[in-house]
Parts: sequence; C-alpha cells; structure tokens
Amino acid sequence: MSNEAVLHANVEGATAHDAHHDHGEHHEHHHHETFISKYVFSMDHKMIAKQFLITGMVWAILGGLMSVLFRLELGYPDTKFMFLQDILGKWWVQDGRITAQAYYALVTTHGTVLVFFVLTAGLSGTFANFLIPLQVGARDMASPFLNMLSYWFFFMASVVMLSSIFVETGPFSGGWTAYPPLSALRDASPGSGRGMDLWVIAMALFVVSSLLGGLNYIVTILNMRTKGMSMTRLPLTIWALFFTAVLGVLSFPVLLSGFILLIFDRNFGTSFYLSDIFVNGVGALPNEGGNAILFQHLFWFLGHPEVYIILLPAMGMVSEILSVNSRKPIFGYMAMVGSLFAIAILAFLVWAHHMFVTGLNPLLGSIFVLLTLLIAVPSAIKVFNWLTTLWRGNIRFTPAMMFAIGFVSLFISGGLTGIWLGNSALDIHLHDTMFVVAHFHIVMGVASMFGMFAGIYHWYPKMYGRYLNNTLGYIHFWVTMAGAYLIFWPMHYEGLAGMPRRYYSYSAWESFKQFGGLNQFISTVALIVFAVQILFLFNFFYSIWKGRKLTTQNPYGSNTLEWTTPIRPGHGNWTGEIPEVYRWAYDYAKDGREFIPQTTPVDPNETNH
Amino acid sequence: MATTTATATTAPKYWGGGKSPFNVEYGKVMMWYFLMSDAFTFGAFLIAYGTTRFSANGWPNPNLVFKSYPFSGENSNAPLVFVSIMTFILIISSVTMVIAVQAGHAMDRPKVVRNLIWTIIGGLAFLSCQAWEWTHLRLDEHAWWGMNPFANSNGTVGHQDFTNFFFTITGFHGFHVFSGVIINIVMLIKTLRGDFDKRGHYLMIEKAGLYWHFVDLVWVFVFTCFYLI
Repeated sequence: MSNEAVLHANVEGATAHDAHHDHGEHHEHHHHETFISKYVFSMDHKMIAKQFLITGMVWAILGGLMSVLFRLELGYPDTKFMFLQDILGKWWVQDGRITAQAYYALVTTHGTVLVFFVLTAGLSGTFANFLIPLQVGARDMASPFLNMLSYWFFFMASVVMLSSIFVETGPFSGGWTAYPPLSALRDASPGSGRGMDLWVIAMALFVVSSLLGGLNYIVTILNMRTKGMSMTRLPLTIWALFFTAVLGVLSFPVLLSGFILLIFDRNFGTSFYLSDIFVNGVGALPNEGGNAILFQHLFWFLGHPEVYIILLPAMGMVSEILSVNSRKPIFGYMAMVGSLFAIAILAFLVWAHHMFVTGLNPLLGSIFVLLTLLIAVPSAIKVFNWLTTLWRGNIRFTPAMMFAIGFVSLFISGGLTGIWLGNSALDIHLHDTMFVVAHFHIVMGVASMFGMFAGIYHWYPKMYGRYLNNTLGYIHFWVTMAGAYLIFWPMHYEGLAGMPRRYYSYSAWESFKQFGGLNQFISTVALIVFAVQILFLFNFFYSIWKGRKLTTQNPYGSNTLEWTTPIRPGHGNWTGEIPEVYRWAYDYAKDGREFIPQTTPVDPNETNH
Repeated sequence: MATTTATATTAPKYWGGGKSPFNVEYGKVMMWYFLMSDAFTFGAFLIAYGTTRFSANGWPNPNLVFKSYPFSGENSNAPLVFVSIMTFILIISSVTMVIAVQAGHAMDRPKVVRNLIWTIIGGLAFLSCQAWEWTHLRLDEHAWWGMNPFANSNGTVGHQDFTNFFFTITGFHGFHVFSGVIINIVMLIKTLRGDFDKRGHYLMIEKAGLYWHFVDLVWVFVFTCFYLI
C-alpha cells in the first residue's frame, strides 16, 4: 500500500518536472552530474545501455554497408561502380569492381562485427544493462564501476577493429571464424598481417568487456532482486539475459585460450595450430606437430554458445512483448524457463556440428547429431508457447509486437533448416554452401535483429521518454520482414544446388550461371532493406528530441517493474523506496482485470493462476 | 519462543528477493563466477595440451627435463625436486592465506597483516623459483617458445609443442600468481591503513583468498600435467 502511495507521488513529481525541460534530471535524490559523468563515463546502467545501443547501431550500419558492398559484387559482377572507387579508393575497388581482397575483408569484417559487436554487445549489452536493474527492482547494477569498464572495453575494441579497416594491407580477411593457418601465418594473405593483429587485439578487448558485463548481469539478477521478486516471478527477459550471461562467462574464456595460443603461433614461433605447411614465396615452414582443427574446437566451443548468446535475449524480450501486447499471460512460464535452461546446457554440447567435415570420427559425429537435434525440443516448446500466447489474445499490433511476431516467424523458418544442417550426412552436401548462409542469417542474424528492434520499439519510451513514430515503424517492419525472406529464401535453393559460400566470383562455373538473375534480385532487395534501416535510424534519432512525448507512466498497461519508475527515471530508478513485488509478471486478463502489476498485493479473493 | 516459530516458517525463503540468496554480498558471488570463467580458460589450455600430446608420436620425459636446481651444476640429476619445493611453497602460502582470512573474521588486524606478509613472501618465492627455472631452461638448455631441445622419451626428435605448451601455460599461471601477489599487496596496504576495521569486515581479504586458493588449485593441475604425467 505504501508502495503505491510512493509511486503515485512519483508520477506527478516526474511529469511536472519534465514538462519544463527535456533533458531534466532528478536532482532531488542524487548529486549534480557533469556532462562527462552523465554522458561519457556514466555509471548509470540506463546510460550505459544507451551507449551500448548507439555504438551497436553505428556498427550495424557499418556492417550492413559492408554486406551491401559485397552483395553488389555478387549481384552485379559485370557492372562498373566508378563512384565507389572514388569514395573507397583503389585498394577496395578497382575498375569499378570490388577487389577480391576487399571482398574477403568485407565478408570477414561483416561477420565479426555483426556477430560480436552488434548482436552480442549491441543486443545483450543494451538490454541486459537497461532491463535487469529496472525489471528486478534494483537501483543499478551490482557494480556500476565494472559496468562502465565493460562499455569502455567494448569501445576500445570498437576503435581497434575500426582502425583495422584503414591499415595498408587491409583488415583481416580469413572469415569471422579466424581459422588457422590464414589467421596464424602473417604471409598467408595480405589481411593476415597487421589486419589480423588488430582483429585479435579487438577481440581480446571484447572478451574482457563481455566478461565484466556478464559477471555483473549474473550477480545483479541473483543478488539484487527486490523484496518479493523470487526467481519464478522474474519476467522471462531476465531469465533469458541470465542464461545469456552464464553462457558468455563460460564460453568466452575458452575463446580467449584459443586466441592466446593463436597469438603465440603468430608471433613467437610456436606450432600449436601449424603443421606441414608450404607458403608460396616463403617455402616449407619448420612448424610441425600442431593441429589446425584444435583451433576449430576451441573456437566453436565459444562459437556455438555464441549463437545462443545472440538469440536468448531476443527470445526473452519477444516472450515479454508478446504477452504484454496479447493482453494474456505468457503460456507455460516454467516451460519457457526450462527450455531456456535446456538450450543453455545443450549450447555447450553441440559445437562439433560446425566441424562435421573436418575428418571428425563418424561415431562422434552421430553423437553431435543427436545432441544438436535435441535442441529442436526446447525450441519447439518455445515456439508452441509463443503461438499459444498469441492464440485468442487481444492483440495490439504495435511495431514492437510486429517485430516480435516476425521474430517467431523467422525463428521457425530458420529453425527448420537447422534440422537439415544438424544431420552430419546432409551436411556433407550442404556445408559451406549458401544454404548455411541462409540458415544462420534467418534463424540467428535477422531473427535476433528483429528481437532487438522489438526491444527498441517497446522500451524506447522508457529509454527516452518519447515514442518512436509508428508509421515509420510499420514501414520499417514490413519492408524488413518481406526483404529478409526475399533475400535469404532464394539462397536455400542456391545452396541446395551446391553453390559455395565465401567465393568472390562464380562466373567460372557453368552450373551457377543460372543463379545470375537470382543473385541480382537478392542484391537489389538487400539494398532496399538497408535503405529502410536508414529510415529507422532517422526515426530513432529524430524521436529522441522530437518524438511524441510519453505522458503516462505505464503506456502499455504492463505488469513489470520498469513501468513503475518515473517517466524519466534518474540514476537510482525509483525516487522513493524500491517497490515490493507480490506476484509474477504475467497477470494479464485475470479475474476480469486487464492487467495487475507485480507491485499489487494479492487479493485473498483472487483466483490462482 | 513464539517469535522463533514465526521466523522458522518464513525464514527459509532465501530466493524470495530482497536479499542475497547465498547470504553473501555481490562481490563474492562475482568472484566465484569469475573463477569459474577462469577455470574454463585453464581447462581449455590443458585440454588443448592434452589433445596435442595424445595425438603425438612421442613426448619428452619430464624426469629428464626438470632435473636441475640452483647451483646444482651441469650434471645434476634430481628429477622434480626443485618443482616439488616450488609446489610446497605455493601450498604453504595457501595455508597462511587461510589463516589470514580466519583472522579477518576475528577482526584480528596484526594476525591478518602477519599472515598476508607470509602469503606474499610465498608468492614471491614461487615466482622467483619459476624465474630461475625459466632462465635455466632458456640459457642452459636452450629451450624456449619455438625451440625444443629435449628428445622424446622414445628417442625420436622432440615434439615442437612440448616447450610451447610448457612456457605458455606455466607462464599464464605465473601471470595469475603475479596478479595474486599484487592483489595481496593491495590488501596488505588496506589492512595496514585500517580500511577494513573502518568498514567493519574483512570480506575483501576473503575474496583475495578465494582467488589465491584458485591459483594454487590450478597449479596442482598444471603441475600434474607437465611434471608428473
């Protein structure tokens, strides 16, 4: 009761306060902040979340632009883009065509940046930071200082990675997986020298950032929940972010080991990954006894959990958004938590399915097939529960809801092809083809982007106190949704026909000439979809200053705690006491009431859920 | 008496929110998760070492490699004696660390200081031993990253990655010991300044202790993998 009184007092205080200046802060409960301490070296989780988000968006645009460039080469191999040569210079574009070296550099950097910088730091960095304290009922992260360091390590990683684009020999170009020997031998390719040095430094900094962030997320969720917020009352976003953090904390260190061994191979004459190698122009190398497959094991022990590090936050946010906007409790809450847990466990046990054709023992291969296909079970549970949450719901098609439904659609489409690829026998035919590209872009890349968009549209009012423009949001959604399928669906056919990925030019193959028109089509759609993301970017930045103002504390009629904070929460989130929690986050459409916030005490006459 | 029964029914809600489910502050939980993470780093190193070694045709015999001690001269034959002393020193430093943590619980500042100093000395002694061993291998045996002078135990040319793994992994462990010593020195300074008495608890010492014991534990595995097997 006293909580409610405090909360209502807050709303009035906050709105009155905000009416006069937009960048208002709440001086009443914390000391004065300078520009540096508020916007740069901020220790407020909400500001750090925005820092992660905007840095991630910068990377998303750069990474997306890279994909547009190499799609131009794939779609229009005979067209001369002289204006690109004027902008990018001769190393990147020669005679109006992307050079082979630039093509590989673009593909590599696109992959690295999108996987790590956008969909790991940009996604879980943003929403773990933003939502964990707000939804568990904490004033900030357990350690705001480490949280700040986490962002700045990410920032340094970004700077180093960005600088690698500008070195004379170009950025690393051996694929985002950085397999040796291309990554281990300086003379193996132009990008294997300075470009790879910078790549590996950036990634090491990134691992530190991820560790600092992950530790904070775990500890905050375990230790800092407000009174009454038991683990089973947590919104599913928090559960998902918790498992994400655990995956990161346990898988990135293995990558770090792999990188350390790689650094020794590169710089100190060791042969951890090297054996029996002849380099053109250099001759036979003295290195003996190492094994390149060892790196693949170490890499994919991170690499596969990384897929779920990317996917789980999107799953969590989608669960929350679907439930809120269907005005129905999430279907099968415990099954959702259980399936998240199952996915987190299985994530560590399937890495070798990326390595079926490395000469892996077929028996071992079949074990990994079994474990891989097992992931279909929790995934299917989740899909079923999302659909049943939507079923006969009172659905509000907000842009966030559209993207959340789009996520489910993409996750189903991409997940089904995962069942194909998880079979080691089929993988002999499908590995390293465009089929794989189509699969992981849909199920992990675009789906998680959709989760991220859903999250941005949904929590934007909480972040900036203003709404994004809905019309632009719908255009953004429909073009991206249609575009995603138009780009990646045809790639399945190319892959089934055996068209390999990562090739600069297919013109030498008679068998792939039939795909010339299709490639042109894909590239054109990619260009359009990229343009629409610029529209989103405009919407995002325009709305920070000019968007429609949020006037109510709880615009969606949502149960979770972040909507009990003032419209523009200051550092510390709640002006009074932190509210106490009496129920789970999903009491929608219960006992004739549309929603019952978590802070409402349980009425003795209430029915059990 | 009535109050005890009342608390008995409500108290076990450790996970109900509003307090730490483990009844510890966040830093300790964080340290445990960090150690788990670090265990995976070392685990990956040792597994990488294991797979390379088991797929190799031969491997040098550690008894023939690690058989010297300081001032032992050219033809010393004291297999694993020196490294056993190193290990003993490190384990003893763990004992003194435990005593320091224990004294911290009792708020016994002089005892904490005394035992922290012993722990630091133990750590430094271990690092000195490692420095001597590395110098000996480098200068006397000409072993280094990328150089393995030791023949396999079956008489064939020594596997290149024997020294590579040895220097990388013991070096990584040594780096951890070094950081542990730095942490302990910081803790010593804070203890001497009375920071923990002001704060009312010595939890920082406990967290430093967790890290120190972890580093010792890792050495047990590193020692087993490189010197014994």
